[in-house]
This record gives sequence, C-alpha cells and structure tokens, in this order.
Amino acid sequence: MADPMKIRAQVAGDMADIKILMNHPMETGRKKNDAGEWVMASQPHFIQNVTITLNGKTVIDGQFGSSISKNPFLGFKVKGAKVGDDLVVTWVDNKGEQRTDKTKLEAKPS
Amino acid sequence: MNNFRRLFLTRFVVVGATIATGLLKPLQAIAAEWNKIAFDAKTLPEALKGAGLQNASESKDIVIKAPDIAENSAVVPVEVNCKIPGAQIISLFADKNPQPLIAQFSLAEGVEPYISTRIKMGDTGNIRVVVQAGGKNYVATKEVKVTIGGCG
Repeated sequence: MADPMKIRAQVAGDMADIKILMNHPMETGRKKNDAGEWVMASQPHFIQNVTITLNGKTVIDGQFGSSISKNPFLGFKVKGAKVGDDLVVTWVDNKGEQRTDKTKLEAKPS
Repeated sequence: MNNFRRLFLTRFVVVGATIATGLLKPLQAIAAEWNKIAFDAKTLPEALKGAGLQNASESKDIVIKAPDIAENSAVVPVEVNCKIPGAQIISLFADKNPQPLIAQFSLAEGVEPYISTRIKMGDTGNIRVVVQAGGKNYVATKEVKVTIGGCG
C-alpha cells in the first residue's frame, strides 16, 4: 500500500482551498541516451486517474500522464464549501494500485 | 442461431468481465476511462487530436503562471487561472515532451477554473493549456526555458 497523501483543505468564506500531495514515484520509464534521444529504460509506473469528491459528489476527475512530477501536487478551489464537508481523494495508477484518503474541511486560521 | 449464440456469449462474457473488474476495482469503473490514445501520443498534433482539442482559439482569459526558466526540469510548478465562464475541462500539454499531454481535469460545477500542479519538462518549450467551455476550446501558451546540466 502506498504511503498516505497529505491533504490541506481550508475554507475561507465559502471558498475551499484544497492542496493535495500524493506519494508516488511517477516513473516515465524514459531516459536520455548518449545521443540525447529519449529511450524506454524501464517500466513506466504512474498515477492515471485521480478522483476527488466533496460530500460524495465528484468535484474533480483528473487524468495524469507520466509527465506529472514525482509525488504529485494538486491544488484547486471549490466554491460553496463548508467547514466539516467530507473530502475524499482516490488515485489509481497504471499497475492498478490505488489509495484513498479522507479528510474534513477546516476553517482557515486567521 | 450461431449468430445469436455468438452475440449472447460475447455479451455475457463482456458483462461478466465488467462486473468482475467492477467488484475488484470499483473506482476505476466509476472514473472516466484514461485516454490512452491522447496520453500515448508522441507529437503535439496527435495528442491534441486524441484529446479532441484541435480547434482552439487563442484566449487571454487563460493565465498560466510558470517560471520563465525552470531550475529543475523534473519539477516545474504550473498554475492555471482561467476567466472563461463555464470552464469544464482543463488540459495541460508540454509541446516538446516525448508525450505532450500531461494531464486533464474535468471540473464539476462550483469548482473554480483554477489548477495548480507540478510537471516534468523534457526540453525548453511551451506549456500549453486548453480549456473546454460551452463546447468550445480555448488555448494559451507560456514558454519555459529548461537548462540541462546547468550545474555541470
């Protein structure tokens, strides 16, 4: 099982500011050879789907390629969110591994 | 009769397989299917075609925040802020990457047309953001210089 994600979800007014840090190698499998050309050197291993729900309703459905950096970061904002709303983040990678983490929206410290 | 049997069998097997994978990986079944054609494309035109985003008009309402010079090409911070009303899908490309399509985000109603992430860039080139809103495509680009072996 992959390591847990770090999620920070804070509400200011009716706007939720959500930042997610996933733990994943995001391996493209590609290396540059001596001639400077990209060649496949290993098996790619990367997150393909990321689904984020707020109170059970999907807010973001993301698809990643292997060009997202290692330990993917994703930040976004949702209007009409409240403190205590349930946020669930799930990713699935190209080997079928997956991870789900949950949190509740918090008030942004002033 | 043979045709019917074949149809019945294929349907049955397909449905069975769908149920089986559905039970094992319910999330993959729910999530939109990963667009293999677009992500595996090796050139920008192919990637844009695979994602169905060829005809996009330039827009100043898409603001891309990224460094002019990337210190680390494996971690290039990118922020997309879009002022087009009703933005539904935000797609990120790096024109010069071996696989140009980086990510696609479908936004539900209420989600601000804003995405912040970090990407890898193979070479100096444009970051390209295509936004789908109301059945139309809009595009903006920002050049990022990648210095390779800058420390050597």
